[in-house]
Amino acid sequence: MAESSETRTYREALRAGMSEEMERDEDVLLMGEDIGVYGGTHLITDGLIDTFGPKRVMDTPISEGGFTGAAIGMAMMGLKPVVEMMTWNFSFLAADQIIQNAAKLRYFSGGQVQVPMVIRGPNGGGVQLSAQHTHSLESFYGHFPGLKVVAPVTPNDAKGMMLTAIRDPNPIIFLEAGALYGTKGEVEDGDNAVPFGQARIAREGSDVTLISYGRQVNLLLRVADTLADEGIQAEVIDLRSLRPFDEKTIVESVQKTHRAVVVQEQWKWFGVASEVAAIIQEQAFDHLDAPVERVSGAEVPAPYARNLEIEAFPGEEQVASAAKRVLYQEVV
Amino acid sequence: MSEGKKQAESGSVATNGERLVELYRKMVEIRTFEEATQKGFRQGKVGGYLHVYIGQEAVATGFIDHKQDGDKVITAYRDHAHALLLGADPKEVMAELYGKGTGMVKGKGGSMHLFDVERGLMGGYGIVAGHIPLGVGMAYAMRYHEGSEESDEDSMVQLYLGDGSMHNAAFHEAANLSGLWGKEGWNPCLFILENNQYGMGTSVERSTAMTDLAAKFDAYGIENEKVDGMDLEAVLECAERVTQKVRETGQPHAVDVITYRTAPHGAGDFFEKYRTKEEVEQWRERDPIGLLEKKLLDREAVTEGDLEEYQNEARETVNEAVKFADESEEPDISELYTDVYAGADEYMGEE
Repeated sequence: MAESSETRTYREALRAGMSEEMERDEDVLLMGEDIGVYGGTHLITDGLIDTFGPKRVMDTPISEGGFTGAAIGMAMMGLKPVVEMMTWNFSFLAADQIIQNAAKLRYFSGGQVQVPMVIRGPNGGGVQLSAQHTHSLESFYGHFPGLKVVAPVTPNDAKGMMLTAIRDPNPIIFLEAGALYGTKGEVEDGDNAVPFGQARIAREGSDVTLISYGRQVNLLLRVADTLADEGIQAEVIDLRSLRPFDEKTIVESVQKTHRAVVVQEQWKWFGVASEVAAIIQEQAFDHLDAPVERVSGAEVPAPYARNLEIEAFPGEEQVASAAKRVLYQEVV
Repeated sequence: MSEGKKQAESGSVATNGERLVELYRKMVEIRTFEEATQKGFRQGKVGGYLHVYIGQEAVATGFIDHKQDGDKVITAYRDHAHALLLGADPKEVMAELYGKGTGMVKGKGGSMHLFDVERGLMGGYGIVAGHIPLGVGMAYAMRYHEGSEESDEDSMVQLYLGDGSMHNAAFHEAANLSGLWGKEGWNPCLFILENNQYGMGTSVERSTAMTDLAAKFDAYGIENEKVDGMDLEAVLECAERVTQKVRETGQPHAVDVITYRTAPHGAGDFFEKYRTKEEVEQWRERDPIGLLEKKLLDREAVTEGDLEEYQNEARETVNEAVKFADESEEPDISELYTDVYAGADEYMGEE
């Protein structure tokens, strides 16, 4: 830990990460819809235009493909743009630019070009935005070599991983826990850059490993508390970074607990949990005492109604049940 | 136009005989190179897609003649000519098409993805219109440090795009940004519309109700004009005038360059059902190389013997390139995993 820290919201931590890096490096600039004068739809960039001016905190028209592509061009010229997707749902409009250009340019240019940029914004659901504004895009973007995909959940990681993202010479998909913008936590002062590819053990335990990323990590911590009351010590792993991926921490944990539950807000099919379960199977098969369980979002477009939305995402009971099943304490 | 005429009268590059002869030789080299690539395709030595520039040579030749150090060039998939004009070694270009490790992007891109960043070629791209926002962003970057020591306020982007790209959102979104940023002088981007009148096999008439493509730039506050892309002198006059304007103002400008590819769209486009032989023949009469030959002969800037010599030289250069490409090794297998990521993570996920 750094010498000092202070309590900040996830939102403030993100802002601090961008702002501090902009102070350090003139090549860093921000772009996105209403991130300047308006202050940002989610107020992440609020006030930065006053400090850095409209050329570095640039309001764009509502045209994700155009401005994301322009940011790629800027990055090819050595600038370090940080592009806000008002929500990751809108990135589908920029997907051609992100996938066909940003991810692949270094390869098809034979290494002549690099694309140092960050694309950030709130991922997932939880605030009743219904079908077209609620997507979890981690496996979509995690599929493409050339991109790095990260999903911090604590305010300290939000800032530390933002610093790392901006300094990285590659295109970074920075998936924010949008539903947690207002949550608070200790954030180390100064340069607290958090390296990618290192999972965080959010809680130590010996009986079962609960694995997730993004806002579900907080759900797992609540479940672990409940399980502890029943005498079950759950280890909670926050993946933090999905590409690169920290296989070692997962495998070591499963070697210790022999049981794993992987939780994700996104749909089950072709999701991150499938990948994690496969890795555990490949690398720790002999250590497993039960099949790896996956707990995922319902296979439906996200509903609006509050009760339906809650039902659509993993809940504490579902996760606790899964944990007990892998411990053979609950019959299916 | 009046300013341009003035320059022409005072003997600008457009009417400088020696310079024209030099550019003629480049155009002949491009033509010869493209004929060789088609042959390579038919022999099975060039794979994938192959889009040649035959008929359009005067366009890139005229504009790239006005490229300065620091300027960037970005284009779509019909990109061989641009690479050659920027000074890439024909051997490396041909080797790329042959999929060899000596190719300009190590055999990783092929015909559609030529890059020569050192000489300002920021790439050929395979998705119609997908590269246009990139060029606009590059132009923004050129004025980003305005006023500081790092600033390079004399540079600009030559952004080549085809008529087929004009109906895609990426074009409209990027043109909007360019016009918007250009108001502040932050977008020295020259849109060079290589209007060969067909997006693959669909003519401009069958693609849009409003066929005046230059006028589409009006919607975004970008000044625009048309030029005869078969007449090298006309292209040169235009290029000289507009590049100067874009550099000085930091504002974008668009040129709808009317040209025609007499070759098929791609090397696999054998039937050309979308156009008549008569139409192609008519355009061949206005072939940019043929037109220029006639002018040079009329002005006695060259003799028939000179022309033959230049053609032989081009053939020699291209033959050497083919030989080099043919004899080069394929990329080392280890190259499969390089260049995925920059920096410490050269590759993540290698088995």
